[in-house]
Amino acid sequence: MRKFTYLVPKTLDEAISLHEARGERAKYIAGGTDVLVKIKEGKLAPDYLISLKHILSQDRPFLNNETGELYVGAFMTHRSIEKSPLVQLHYPILHDAVKNIGSVQIRNVATIGGNLVNAVPSADGAIPLIALDGKAHIYSAKGERTMELLRFFLGPGQCDLGRGEILTEVVIPPQRPRTGSAYMKHGRREAMELPMLGVGVLLSLEEDLNTCAQARICLGVAAPTPFRALMAEKFLVGKAINAENLAEAGRIAGDESRVRDSIRGVAWYRREMVGVLVKRMGLKALERAENKAEGGRLTV
Amino acid sequence: MAREVSFVFNGNPMKMTVGDHWTLLHLIREELGYLGTKEGCGSGECGACTVIVDGEAVNSCLFLAAEIDGRELLTIEGLAVGDGTLHPLQKAFIENGGIQCGFCSPGMIMAGKALLDENPNATEEEIKEAIAGNLCRCTGYVQIIESIKSVSGHQTEEPRVIAWKTEENDRDA
Repeated sequence: MRKFTYLVPKTLDEAISLHEARGERAKYIAGGTDVLVKIKEGKLAPDYLISLKHILSQDRPFLNNETGELYVGAFMTHRSIEKSPLVQLHYPILHDAVKNIGSVQIRNVATIGGNLVNAVPSADGAIPLIALDGKAHIYSAKGERTMELLRFFLGPGQCDLGRGEILTEVVIPPQRPRTGSAYMKHGRREAMELPMLGVGVLLSLEEDLNTCAQARICLGVAAPTPFRALMAEKFLVGKAINAENLAEAGRIAGDESRVRDSIRGVAWYRREMVGVLVKRMGLKALERAENKAEGGRLTV
Repeated sequence: MAREVSFVFNGNPMKMTVGDHWTLLHLIREELGYLGTKEGCGSGECGACTVIVDGEAVNSCLFLAAEIDGRELLTIEGLAVGDGTLHPLQKAFIENGGIQCGFCSPGMIMAGKALLDENPNATEEEIKEAIAGNLCRCTGYVQIIESIKSVSGHQTEEPRVIAWKTEENDRDA
């Protein structure tokens, strides 16, 4: 592999000043499963790699008990999110997504922040975090700024990150009661593949456990960036959650999609599958919301 | 740039100087001379270079050697005991025909070992998930899954797998 100098800062401030002093010749690295491949392929040629792996931070998602917010640190590995009982129990949409990213070997080192800053249209990690109304926290020499994660993605491979800035975490606000969620990556196989389509649905129900109080329909690979099918979401609110209404929401979401032909699938098929999968994930989200309600206490 | 790292290699504490740009795979094969760990694709797609770091399976081709500092590294050479007695997983691969050309075997066995160390009663589904990142171009995977299953405590008879898709994936809306 091409030679570089590996720098290992212990704090965010140290990382930023190391980057500032070296400018274009430096590149941040966390898990390295994308950066090292790009260096090997000659697509990146940094003289300095600044590791974000040794910056002291939490290594698994945790809940702020006072605010009810979930903190997902950018330097957490996919595996630590996948194995988190908190995520499995209360944020199943996130668990659905991270468990099929790459392979066990990749998930053991690759970080969720790396998945997000790559900003590929297929970013599996982004869809559930957007559906959960996640906010991105971004750190730089000027301090911290936050933004809706949805707005963080600007185009294929482009995110709203200035030179030297570091995505530090995604914070998820408390969920409404009676909420269920599900994500599915559609492709030829589950593991080791970028999705042809990624569909995440989150539904919050009224007390009757049937009427939709709030909906999030978030799609990957259906547009240049991850996006929310706002018309389809609006259609569901106030309506009964059943197969018929979910199918209609799916049809609307398909119309909202800006799908295109690519090596992994053609546009018309993708659009059809948006309809199929929005309905399927909607039914799964409903089932999960009901199960959670039957369990009695809602802890989150 | 280079740096000094201390780590435990197959049970032996080591100290050595590594280049910043070395991968762990380079360290194992080219510097230490242990050739059991294979390089297939070099980009994390094939799993032939799988080793275990602090109990977790990783692709050594995408892991910087500098990051091994303070950690424990296990390669395929560390499985058999001193007198040459093979590890149960290695025996199982031989007995079940889990090995043909042998190129994927070290990676498969290390991925299987990381799974069983954490979950000694892994089911067939869990085994398939654990080796999803390992390619084999000879066996068709069935014998490999059987090999790992024969060592797992969970050995109930399940129908043989002929496709990778799960029921859930195939179910129509």
